[in-house]
Amino acid sequence: MGSMARVNIAAVPIPGVDADAGRVVESMVASAPEPASHETPELTKPATIEPVAPEPEIVPIVSLRDVAQGLLKHITRERMITAVLACVSIGTLFLIWYLGTKYRFEFYIRFKNVPTPAEVFQQAMQVGLSNKFVYNIAMSVRRILTGFAIAIAIGVPLGLMIGRYARVRDLFMPVTEILRPIPAIAWVPMSIMLWPNNEAAIVFITFIGAFFPILLNTIHGVHSLDGVLIRAGRCLGANEPQLFWNVILPGSLPHIFTGLAVGMGVAWVSLIAAEMISGQYGVGYFTWEAYSLVDYPAIMLGMITIGVLGLACSGIIRMVGVLLMPWLAFASGSKR
Amino acid sequence: MTVIDADTEVRKGFIDVRSMGVTFGSGDSAVVAVKDVSLNVQPGEFVSLIGPSGCGKSTLLSIVAGFVKPTSGEAVLDGKPITRPGSDRGVVFQQYSLFPWLSVRKNVEFGLKMAGENQNKRNITARSLLDLAGLLSFENHYPDQLSGGMKQRIGIVRALATSPQVLLMDEPFGALDTQTRVVMQEILTNIWQQFRISVLFITHDIEESIFLSDRIYVMTARPGRIKAEIKVPLPRPRKAEMTDSPEFMNLVQELKGLIREESLAAMAPELKDRGLSGFGMKVGPKGVGEIF
Repeated sequence: MGSMARVNIAAVPIPGVDADAGRVVESMVASAPEPASHETPELTKPATIEPVAPEPEIVPIVSLRDVAQGLLKHITRERMITAVLACVSIGTLFLIWYLGTKYRFEFYIRFKNVPTPAEVFQQAMQVGLSNKFVYNIAMSVRRILTGFAIAIAIGVPLGLMIGRYARVRDLFMPVTEILRPIPAIAWVPMSIMLWPNNEAAIVFITFIGAFFPILLNTIHGVHSLDGVLIRAGRCLGANEPQLFWNVILPGSLPHIFTGLAVGMGVAWVSLIAAEMISGQYGVGYFTWEAYSLVDYPAIMLGMITIGVLGLACSGIIRMVGVLLMPWLAFASGSKR
Repeated sequence: MTVIDADTEVRKGFIDVRSMGVTFGSGDSAVVAVKDVSLNVQPGEFVSLIGPSGCGKSTLLSIVAGFVKPTSGEAVLDGKPITRPGSDRGVVFQQYSLFPWLSVRKNVEFGLKMAGENQNKRNITARSLLDLAGLLSFENHYPDQLSGGMKQRIGIVRALATSPQVLLMDEPFGALDTQTRVVMQEILTNIWQQFRISVLFITHDIEESIFLSDRIYVMTARPGRIKAEIKVPLPRPRKAEMTDSPEFMNLVQELKGLIREESLAAMAPELKDRGLSGFGMKVGPKGVGEIF
């Protein structure tokens, strides 16, 4: 009877695994010790856990097949409508731009000097493939990534500590509250004085922009963690470091990612401002330079480039978030 | 009654609570939650603690779990005073307490991982326990994909994964609907009989406490004290049909009598002081609405 039960278990389909994985389990069952049957309530054997053969391979929580199926499932009527509306939204913007420049609209708002979409497109073809422009983009991206990475490296651990320990909070929160209202742009003069070169100064300003949203959202994440989860972790034997790594960090992760998304936006604002004021190279510098040289199409190109880069960065953060937190798809608050 | 074979090794899981008192706050705002409570759970015994809401029964459990320190007295497990939470005491909470970011199996493995067990051992134990809970096919699901009853079953086997000596349960079925609750009670008795583990079970449900327990402690309204200790002589294994037997009914009546007084005291002490009994039934022609 016991062995019958084993076969049943082997036949249980395990989601996300190929059906034939069960076959391997079955063959391993033969070597498993004969378990006590759990179907009779009166047992003669004291507290032992029946062994069930382990799965030979560790199943990833999300397999590629799951992801593919999930994506296919999501192409629904709702999604189609969403996509169409997105096109309408962006299309309208282009239409206003096109009509405004075509008829040189001038009533309070002046489209007189605004370049047409075609001019900008030509500019993009001309400049966009030049080494100089690509180098400008590369510089901006490098600054963003450096500043943002430092902001994560300091903001997340510090936020977790401040959220968890009252003493750390008492030590760091006063200085945080004073520094936080100062916008990153206001740091530009100080930053130029403070750092040995322009490059470090710009990265610092980017860091400042990203740091506070990340820090504050991380703190909020720790505070909003359900206390019962911490108690559950403790009574399952987790010591403080284990609790930190296995409960507090994953539990705060959704809020941390909110912080990253907001922080990335502020980081771009700060970066562009810093590049315009003090920079050499970079998309912000490119845009400002174009203004100085009265190169109108280049201004538009710079703006569009900033928009696309910002969008790409947010998209990457969101994607990493979905990959790191697959459980959120099922959370009660999610729109499903 | 508890089944303890004479020839088995020295059984562990003896909980001894000695003249325990808990006061929250100090000065004028001090609230005495628990006052001079002594109780014990013998190794392998299933003991329920029942009382009106707010009587401090959850506080008592928190002390045995190690989350709260008592103001006076002490809680002792197998001769050692309890000072902090530990994996020798499994706890099942009233709220769902599964980690939402871990799959069902990883949740069950959690305690073993903290104890430094290797992946293989963790996997075997977790899968065996999930099989026992009838949820092996859900091992790779996330908690948010499961129903309340499933979550609590996983909560129970997760607490058992580290082979604790005692299981502390704080109204674990309180959030479940009646049908699920009855099934869960049967599942719990089965699991308990397999593991022969000491259980301290908090509830405010009279039938539930009788169905599950070897012994029941009835607590008074705040400040919580032990009002009565009642043995449940019903045979094991318990079946759902037993709830219709005369013995069961008699126990229900006895407990109802004990608890009604306390519930009334907890809900409306001012009513009790005025000498009114029952839920305002003696109030007279003006009706109940007038006095609240």
